[in-house]
Amino acid sequence: MHDYRQREPLITLAGAGVRSGGRVLVEGVDLSISRGEIVTLIGPNGSGKSTTAKMVTGVLRPSMGTVTRKPGLTIGYVPQKLAIDWTLPLTVERLMTLTGRFSSAEIGEALEAVGAAHLRKAAVQELSGGEFQRVLFARAMIRKPDLLVLDEPVQGVDFSGEVALYQLIRQIRDKTQAGILMISHDLHVVMAETDTVICLNGHVCCRGTPNAVKTSPEYLRLFGDRAGSALAIYEHHHDHEHHEDGCVVGAHGEHEHSHGHQHQHGEHGHVR
Amino acid sequence: MFGDFFSRALVAGVGLAAVTGPLGCFVVWRRMAYFGDTMAHSALLGVALSILLSVNVTLGVFAVAALVAGALLLLQKQNTLSTDALLGILSHSSLAVGLVIVGFLTQVRIDLMGFLFGDILAVSVEDIAIIYGGGIAILAILVLNWRPLLAATVSPELAEAEGLRPEVSRIILMLLMASVIAIAMKLVGVLLITSLLIIPAATARRLSATPEMMAAVAAVLGGLSVVGGLFGSRTWDTASGPSIVVMALALFLLSLVVPTARLFGRSDHYGT
Repeated sequence: MHDYRQREPLITLAGAGVRSGGRVLVEGVDLSISRGEIVTLIGPNGSGKSTTAKMVTGVLRPSMGTVTRKPGLTIGYVPQKLAIDWTLPLTVERLMTLTGRFSSAEIGEALEAVGAAHLRKAAVQELSGGEFQRVLFARAMIRKPDLLVLDEPVQGVDFSGEVALYQLIRQIRDKTQAGILMISHDLHVVMAETDTVICLNGHVCCRGTPNAVKTSPEYLRLFGDRAGSALAIYEHHHDHEHHEDGCVVGAHGEHEHSHGHQHQHGEHGHVR
Repeated sequence: MFGDFFSRALVAGVGLAAVTGPLGCFVVWRRMAYFGDTMAHSALLGVALSILLSVNVTLGVFAVAALVAGALLLLQKQNTLSTDALLGILSHSSLAVGLVIVGFLTQVRIDLMGFLFGDILAVSVEDIAIIYGGGIAILAILVLNWRPLLAATVSPELAEAEGLRPEVSRIILMLLMASVIAIAMKLVGVLLITSLLIIPAATARRLSATPEMMAAVAAVLGGLSVVGGLFGSRTWDTASGPSIVVMALALFLLSLVVPTARLFGRSDHYGT
């Protein structure tokens, strides 16, 4: 269906890793993302998902291996959490031009595309979690990025909002053919349209299509050893079924802490 | 119009307020109030060292304030003491060391009260030239770097992922603050400088919908505080620097009564 495999990759990580303060955050990451391709990173807390995403965006330099970007690569970034203090007056319209200059028509179009045109004049502090997330998508997309990096895009959004956001991600991919790197907030849920799931645990422990990873012994050994916590593939036609499969909330809350990995404190730094 | 001391004070104060308003917005947005205070307190050390080494006082104050800011950045990276403890140490020790050195400078008469609380009525035409020259330069740097500065304030991570350099923005803001402190010290004194940065900006918040508007409103409110404070001090024969601050406070309290903000109460995490 998508011919991205023949295309030149937008970004390639080869054996990439980051060492910080004598500790290896993540190592040996190989991944490449082409136009129209969706790559999803899953793994427990502290497994190196955010670190890997930061190597992709260029916020972190790899201390091992290489990161190769297509020259002139434009990245759109949807951060995991963006708490905008009340002291900073910011309308949705103004947020759209945060990192670049765009015309009023471009702003309207970008907001229209995520179904948030009516929020244009609203203050960002007034938005609900789902609305704010949509606006952040629009903000990232207005740059017409080649590569969209989404850090836990549905975290903190209610279930119906989650369904809608996955649908939006799909639409964005289909319409713009941007490459998408997504960090999943849930070990057990990936979008069905994901082309490659990369399962991290300080290193790449398994990878492949969602269906391949679901049945891979490495995945099951590391993350699937709790009752009912198999990988759920998030298909929009069967939302409820998969919700029940995937969100084994009680099981995985405990699960994430059960491997004895160190947590990366300061991963999501404070703004002073 | 520069004939009498009162109009010189008005011209100088309004010029200073035009700079402290917009810059103060960043201080409020980035929660740098205590940081600003620390830099301001170090100004006295700057004065003492300048006299000791016979260099220009404005330059000396700028250099020491910038050094203290740099020292804080380095100490923060050590990850030992919390930032507010570090600020407390730097703030009070630089003030104390400054006072001690002043005590040794017996051969020159130093108007300590003038440095601590300012003497806006003693402003000379030359001082006005420094305020306007420096002020225009500071505003120009602020305007030229406005977008990256604001993006780095909203989210350093997002700014960096999209190709901006938030670390540079941070350094620019520190240097601008050091410059403002150097030119403002003579007018309002080291103990009251931060009030001109923070109070007009805080007042402007409730009257503004965008960051740019808040910066402009803060400049105007700062100007009103200077004019109101100076006329008040002439009428009631009160100290001029503190009168300006009291006027700024009155405007702030007035703004709390204005029933503008439906956003009020959505402020999340204050403190630290």
